[in-house]
Amino acid sequence: MAYAAGVDVGSTQTKAVIIDEDRRIVARALTDTGANVVRAAENAFRAALENGGIYEEDVAYVVGTGYGRYKVTFGDTQITEISCHARGAVHMFPGTRTVLDMGGQDTKAIRVSPDGDVIDFVMNDKCAAGTGRFLQYAAMALDIPLNEIGAIALDAQRPVKISTTCTVFAETEVLSWLAKGKKIEDILMGVHRSIATRSIGLLRRVGIEQEVTFTGGVAKNVGMVAVLEELLGFKLNVSEESHFMGALGAALFAMDRIMASRSPVAREV
Amino acid sequence: MTAPVTTQDELVGRGNKEGGALFRKWFRELTTAAERGEHAAYVFVMGSLAEILKAFDFHLVFPEINSLQTAVRKVAHEYLSEAEDYGYSPDICGYVKADVAVQLRGGEHPMGRIPKPSIAIATNACNTYIKWAEIWERFYGTPVFTLDVPGSRSMAYTRDDIGTEEFERDRRYVEHQLRELISLCEDITGKKFDIDKLREVLHNVNVMSRNWTRVMDLNKERPAVFNALTEGTIYLGVANALRGTPEGAEYFVRLVEEMEYKVANHIGTLPEEKYRLIFVGVPCYPIFRRFYELFAEWGGVFVQSTYLWFASGGFHRGFQYDLEKPLESLATGILLTVSNAMDSMFFPNRWLPTLVEEYHVDGIVFHPIKSCRTVSTGLADTRRAIMNETDVLSLYIESDMMDKRVVSEAQLKNRIDAFFEGLATRKLHAGAA
Repeated sequence: MAYAAGVDVGSTQTKAVIIDEDRRIVARALTDTGANVVRAAENAFRAALENGGIYEEDVAYVVGTGYGRYKVTFGDTQITEISCHARGAVHMFPGTRTVLDMGGQDTKAIRVSPDGDVIDFVMNDKCAAGTGRFLQYAAMALDIPLNEIGAIALDAQRPVKISTTCTVFAETEVLSWLAKGKKIEDILMGVHRSIATRSIGLLRRVGIEQEVTFTGGVAKNVGMVAVLEELLGFKLNVSEESHFMGALGAALFAMDRIMASRSPVAREV
Repeated sequence: MTAPVTTQDELVGRGNKEGGALFRKWFRELTTAAERGEHAAYVFVMGSLAEILKAFDFHLVFPEINSLQTAVRKVAHEYLSEAEDYGYSPDICGYVKADVAVQLRGGEHPMGRIPKPSIAIATNACNTYIKWAEIWERFYGTPVFTLDVPGSRSMAYTRDDIGTEEFERDRRYVEHQLRELISLCEDITGKKFDIDKLREVLHNVNVMSRNWTRVMDLNKERPAVFNALTEGTIYLGVANALRGTPEGAEYFVRLVEEMEYKVANHIGTLPEEKYRLIFVGVPCYPIFRRFYELFAEWGGVFVQSTYLWFASGGFHRGFQYDLEKPLESLATGILLTVSNAMDSMFFPNRWLPTLVEEYHVDGIVFHPIKSCRTVSTGLADTRRAIMNETDVLSLYIESDMMDKRVVSEAQLKNRIDAFFEGLATRKLHAGAA
């Protein structure tokens, strides 16, 4: 039995996934990326090996992805997170035609063909507006743990309108709403709506075709899922593995390479 | 540069070397002109009217080329900052700002010294041109001649229109403007207009244009013999700067010789060509080499570029002037080429599907830029139109032609890599089918 691994080095967190030949996830791990990107990749991979009780020599192929993919020094090759998120999403939800991936510093909308190929994609510009970082700044301004803000936002009765699109100025605007006596849940819902609106703009640029699968760390935020579904008017595919979707896609590509190397006519993938 | 050569070492890459040398010589001549206080005409790439100006021996100054050269030479930020410190908004065209800084520095430029303008020629091809020329008018009191090229955008004339009542009316209108320009040039230079000299210039333009068309046609071959994004920009520089000169004419004749040799011997511009691409927009000059590498590392070669069309003022059309009727023919040429340059910029979707077929193209790269909304607005529509009409993959990446503050190499690389992953997958599936 050979295993394949994907290591997704994101701006905020690094994820590793190991799959078996049946393409089932057998181990995963998550670490903060921090300043040492090479070590973060190694740590995530080692943690995944340990979590799955897998020997490193049994992992026949490793694909690095994410912005730090070239820092996965033990990886066999690198593939962009655009291809990997699409691959992971289609694997988890075969009906996927559009993927929304919201990470720490970038958000991307990807349109995929029925056989899972990337047809088109767009990403946020050189700016963190509309990404997880926007949420992080708002959470910091309100002194609330990041993983709680989504649920709190769902209690909103009269959401405020966040007009800034700049992550840096978001904190100022959040504080100004606080100063005006607005409720925290209303402010947080405003922040979520602001990001969701920008993300839907990206989706429209590639063309929204159902099913839409929501991936990335922000997909764990129940408030964001609810707002996106409300604004889009339909349910999103959200997996328990949403955070690991890029790493899963990378692992799937890695398994393709393993299988291709075994076929009578090895193909270039 | 007249001795015939046949060996590969001497031929391959000759156009790049000679183009660079001619370009440096041109800037040296501008420096001398600045020192001697000789007449210089400030002109733009879309409708330079070099034909008339060369007939009066004006030195041609292309502020757009001066500006992009500051970016290629990695000093654009100094010039942009200087113009912004002076009061120009960061949102204003980067070319304009770099030129303002060149003027504020008394013509100091990394390639030499730029003479002050005796005359400026603007056209309605770009709405910034007219506002830009007004700056020189305010700085120096420069006489500005604005050529109004009639015709609505997206409805540009073709050769089939020649002779129609509407075309002839517009041709007479342009010819009248050319006569006004000639009078103005006579006043400025104190020289009498020499129509035979104009004929010589037109002849040289004919040779250049004819051969430029041939060079582009040769890139339909596999492997592509030149990269339209990088090498093409060198050729483009010569096409503009030396338009109508004997050196320019000889350069393009020799360029054809090189390209034909490469075609005959299957010598591509890349060691291994994997993907053939079209570039739409203006290059990313602040990281010009790196931008090229991001594609070349995947085996991607730009076989065509709309930049070569509009930034040459429609030179790619290969229009041939009738030397028996110089002014009339020049007016006809302007109507056909300058308006086509505008259409190449704003409606490239008219030609792209055909090019995809003719040049065996795998993908189209759209490159809108932050500091020029004129050229960038509409690229999204164009891309959608192309996606509806063809199944060719396309990439939409934004950066800038001047300002490295809005160029993120990491983000560009991510998108470009993903684009090639898509192309690779498509090729794989096509091979398996």
